[in-house]
Amino acid sequence: MAIEQFVSVALALVLSPLLLGVINRVKAIFAGRTGQPLLQAYYDLAKLLRKGAVYSRTTTWVFRAGPTIGLGSTLAALMLVPMGGTPALVSFSGDLVLFAYLLGLARFFTVSAALDTGSAFEGMGASREVQFAAVAEPALLLGLAALAARTHSLSLSGIFAGSASSAAAHGPAIFQWWLQMGPIVLLVGGAFFIVFLAENARIPVDDPNTHLELTMIHEVMVLDHSGPDLAFIQYGAALKHWVIGALVVGSLLPVHPAHPVWTPVVAVAGMLALAVVVGVVESVMARLRLLSVPHLLMGALALSVVALVLVIY
Amino acid sequence: MLLCLVAVGILVSSGLVALAVPGKSRAALVIGAAGAVVGCVLAAIPAVGVLATGETLSLNCAWNMPLGSFHIALDGLSAFFLIVIALVSAVAAIYGVGYLDAWRGKKALGPACLFYNLLVASMMFVVLARNGVLFLVAWEVMSLASFFLVTFESEKPGVREAGWTYLVATHLGTAFLLVLFVMLGQGSASLDFDVFATFGASAPHLASLAFILAVIGFGTKAGFIPLHVWLPEAHPAAPSHVSAVMSGVMIKTGIYGLIRVILFLGPPPMWWGVALVGIGITSGVLGVLFALAQHDLKRLLAYHSVENIGIITLGLGVGMIGLSRGVPAIAALGFAGALLHVLNHAVFKGLLFLGAGSVLHATHTGEIDHLGGLLKRMPWTGVTFLVGCVAIVGLPPLNGFVSEFLIYFGAFKGVVGTGPLSVISCLATIGGLALIGGLAAACFAKAFGIVFLGEPRSEHATQARECGGSMKFAMVTLAVACVAFGLLGPMMVAGVAPAVAGASSLAPADAMRELGPAVGCLASVVLVAAVLIIMIGSLLLLRYALLKGRTVTQSGTWDCGYARPTARMQYTASSFAKPLTRMFRFFLRTQSAVNMPDETFPKEAAVSTHTPDAFRRRVWQPVFQWVSKQLEQVRQIQHGRLQLYVLYIAVVLLILLVWKMR
Repeated sequence: MAIEQFVSVALALVLSPLLLGVINRVKAIFAGRTGQPLLQAYYDLAKLLRKGAVYSRTTTWVFRAGPTIGLGSTLAALMLVPMGGTPALVSFSGDLVLFAYLLGLARFFTVSAALDTGSAFEGMGASREVQFAAVAEPALLLGLAALAARTHSLSLSGIFAGSASSAAAHGPAIFQWWLQMGPIVLLVGGAFFIVFLAENARIPVDDPNTHLELTMIHEVMVLDHSGPDLAFIQYGAALKHWVIGALVVGSLLPVHPAHPVWTPVVAVAGMLALAVVVGVVESVMARLRLLSVPHLLMGALALSVVALVLVIY
Repeated sequence: MLLCLVAVGILVSSGLVALAVPGKSRAALVIGAAGAVVGCVLAAIPAVGVLATGETLSLNCAWNMPLGSFHIALDGLSAFFLIVIALVSAVAAIYGVGYLDAWRGKKALGPACLFYNLLVASMMFVVLARNGVLFLVAWEVMSLASFFLVTFESEKPGVREAGWTYLVATHLGTAFLLVLFVMLGQGSASLDFDVFATFGASAPHLASLAFILAVIGFGTKAGFIPLHVWLPEAHPAAPSHVSAVMSGVMIKTGIYGLIRVILFLGPPPMWWGVALVGIGITSGVLGVLFALAQHDLKRLLAYHSVENIGIITLGLGVGMIGLSRGVPAIAALGFAGALLHVLNHAVFKGLLFLGAGSVLHATHTGEIDHLGGLLKRMPWTGVTFLVGCVAIVGLPPLNGFVSEFLIYFGAFKGVVGTGPLSVISCLATIGGLALIGGLAAACFAKAFGIVFLGEPRSEHATQARECGGSMKFAMVTLAVACVAFGLLGPMMVAGVAPAVAGASSLAPADAMRELGPAVGCLASVVLVAAVLIIMIGSLLLLRYALLKGRTVTQSGTWDCGYARPTARMQYTASSFAKPLTRMFRFFLRTQSAVNMPDETFPKEAAVSTHTPDAFRRRVWQPVFQWVSKQLEQVRQIQHGRLQLYVLYIAVVLLILLVWKMR
């Protein structure tokens, strides 16, 4: 195991809350506000970790274990995600399935914890979460299948290293690589981006700023958590931005710098750019009606399928 | 081999003893269950030996039955299924002691014990038999024994109707098998499986017809959509430990039969694999959709059996595609995934039915919307049910993930350069599995969340008590198996390699070699799972350390300022599933009756939904109505005049005599 692999995991652990800060700053600039500090997510986490907790009398141990299992699974998923050209900490054929299912494990326990409160609001959020995930999951896995078929590799690290090396093989003629691969990369990247927005509860699927309206999904599910549990949830959410974001960035920007020192720099720059794009999307779009969210996700599925057709023929 | 016969003997004789025990004592239950456990253990010993050594045991005696011989054998494939049968049946028998106790004094329990043991013995014979006649006899005993178990509570009209549906369906399936076996044995004086094995070479033009007959005949037992209609009726009607055996094990004999017959038919053409993938996706997706729309716990679980049979069939389809494409790696992965899912589904579905049984036992209702908050009242049932839910959804690190991983792995391998038809099938498998996984997660979040979490929604649920020792023991055993089979995934794959070789007609050494990479990958999965468990453990410690000495208070659930939240305000199972059932309303055709609140201060308002089986209502009901209408005319010869009946007999005898003398 090379040192870069540990560096990229450490970067993810440290920098993921910064993504939220960047998104919020971009939104503030669009709205002409000063906005919250870039490091607000860190301050929130520090404050929550210092607090006690309040639990509903209805809840059981499932409610208390939910945030911990959610964060633990997201951390395990992080081990499987490559950063740019740097392979993941653990990689093996078929790790992409494990990746998707680890996120599924986190979701299952978040949803169970929400149902444990017996609150109609949280039940509503849980119901929507599982609905959207059921459509997002095929989109993610078929997109990965498209990349797997193109690079003839069954591991996330292999897929992204394959893209990076095929891009590097063109050398200065990277333009030609884009002409060849551009459509597939854009389609899969687009599908992953929609999955990113849905899984991370961003506009146009969900609004991360409010939780009291009937349209909310993720924020309303965690309404009853407090103290360290809430900190775990918020940190887990930030990490989830990072791990799915790494898929989007990795598929769209298969860049493999000549010197290994530059690899994490490029990767982090890509993640920050993604955060800026998300901020722009959130500023210029309204949230979709709940009934049309599945259509958006079906769109992601369609993008994946079209990419597959392009790869195969 | 002898041990297997002894096991069957013990099963049957202990059943008979249980039948002879006078009504009101507990002894019948204990004797029956003890016989079942001993029989299962004895049968499992040679099976484990066969899987470990890879040899085949067999026994062939003459039998004075036309076309029959008493030919039984235990090869890798049979041994694997025998272990599945023995494991779940033994555990469910122990559970049955506690479960059936509730009927003691009200009902004769001897017959239930006898039929249970007969069911287990006949399932063992089904996988051991190597002669068509013997197989069909065992098959029929299995169907009849389970019919009498399904109709255990025959005083309820719903149960009688379910039993009737089951009886008709299973015999229609058997009719196809009869035709199939006669066809396979054509031109020979024996229906021995050794004769069948030459069928592929001697009559290749009929192979596809035989395949179709096998899919229909065995598919009826396994529950392929649209042949599944008996399943959601019969499984909920049976006592819960019987549901566990029927859903977990008995329907798998259909899968066993299908694999066995396909082996007779020679090298499979491409379209068989594609057809199985198609059947798998249809059964998988529609099964889970119908499950989502149910609000009876056992009915929901029964539909999930249809879904899991779909997943198993997907694995078989991928394996067959690998065979016909000549890529042994894909074949081995597909068959290994399918077989392991047979075992895994038996374990977690058995567990879930037992859990549902103890909910039923404690609350006397299986209506999900009347339950809630049971985790506090029934901690053992709750925790083991949660383990079963996580396992059936296929989440790591439990056993469901291992088998689904293998099928995914095979399908991903098939995506790369195997020709258009197989690539499309493999992609459909990936997409289908992902969709099934997502929907199953939704369904089991609902089943666990609404039944065990939150506040109780009815008086029954409030007063629920944990079940007794034997039931707890059974559930804990299966839950431990779910965890162990998940964490020992690499070893499990290596262990089923002989069965995979038997099912895919690869050489055992080849099967082992092709599964090698998958074993390596599963070892990495276990590594990640270990890290996951350590990480969750240390996070729990961190959380404990952080909260120590701080104020941790209890309060009501935050309901956005509303002062008095009640249990009735909780989200229900129907409302939880509503977005998804709405999305797929085209398939589900849910009927709802709404009583809208109309005045300013409405007194009552209600909504009720009901999702009948679309295939039963739209396909089979019209067909059977038509048939019974046509048969009305035949009733003219049934008029109750005894003299004329005697005349019929005489005429038939005369015709037979003339025909024979010809």
